[in-house]
Amino acid sequence: MDNLNHLAEQVQALRKELDQAGQTGQEDKLSMILFSGDLDKALAAFIIATGAVAMGLEVVIFLTFWGTPLFRKSEGRALGKDLMSKMFGWMLPKGADKASLSQMHMAGAGTQMLKTLMTKKNVASLAEMITLAGQLGVKVYICEMSMNLMGFRREEMIAYPELQYAGVATFLAEAKKSKIQLFI
Amino acid sequence: MSEIKVDKELDLSGLACPMPIVQVSKEIKTLAAGQILSARTTDPGALSDFPAWAETSGNEIVRVDEKGDGGATFYIKRVG
Repeated sequence: MDNLNHLAEQVQALRKELDQAGQTGQEDKLSMILFSGDLDKALAAFIIATGAVAMGLEVVIFLTFWGTPLFRKSEGRALGKDLMSKMFGWMLPKGADKASLSQMHMAGAGTQMLKTLMTKKNVASLAEMITLAGQLGVKVYICEMSMNLMGFRREEMIAYPELQYAGVATFLAEAKKSKIQLFI
Repeated sequence: MSEIKVDKELDLSGLACPMPIVQVSKEIKTLAAGQILSARTTDPGALSDFPAWAETSGNEIVRVDEKGDGGATFYIKRVG
């Protein structure tokens, strides 16, 4: 009898868990925060993102902080910025092609070596992965506050098909519905 | 083993992760249910990635011919 009661309790607990699970994380969706602007980490993020689309998942990437400059255009500048914004503009990489490795950068030598290897081994470059993600319908949100803090203007960002500007609530609303959430 | 009737052939030789599954997921959608797509890969990762992709996307790998170069030819049936 004790055993039965114990079982009944377990069933109750499981049912409760199931009910709660039903309210969140139901969609076949991957929500990812790309916080890092490092070449290696960003590459991993976009490989996961494009792979996820192939697996039938909807994908949302939220670019924030150091990840923000990955979507800068490589050419051109915005006029009329204040000194601090200009300095950030000079110091941060202009786009995905300028990103460097998180380790073994070695004043550019390591990053260059990896890029050469990637070409040799037919691994797509970060810029190519971003283009592919755009073609596959990966949605990208850029953190409005990072843009503001670093003094970036929208006209400085690349033409990406599903690019939007948003805040933390937008990401969390997506993440809450998603089966998978990642922070890179 | 009887010959499999292939409806579409895909050569993914030389492509690295994630391109093989990105391509195969695109191409399988051009087939009708029950049709077979063959995909030749050289990326050794595809040997575990293709079954994982098929299981998640609900398609069926009916045969895998492993080649000596680390790659394989997958015969994938579109389901549903």
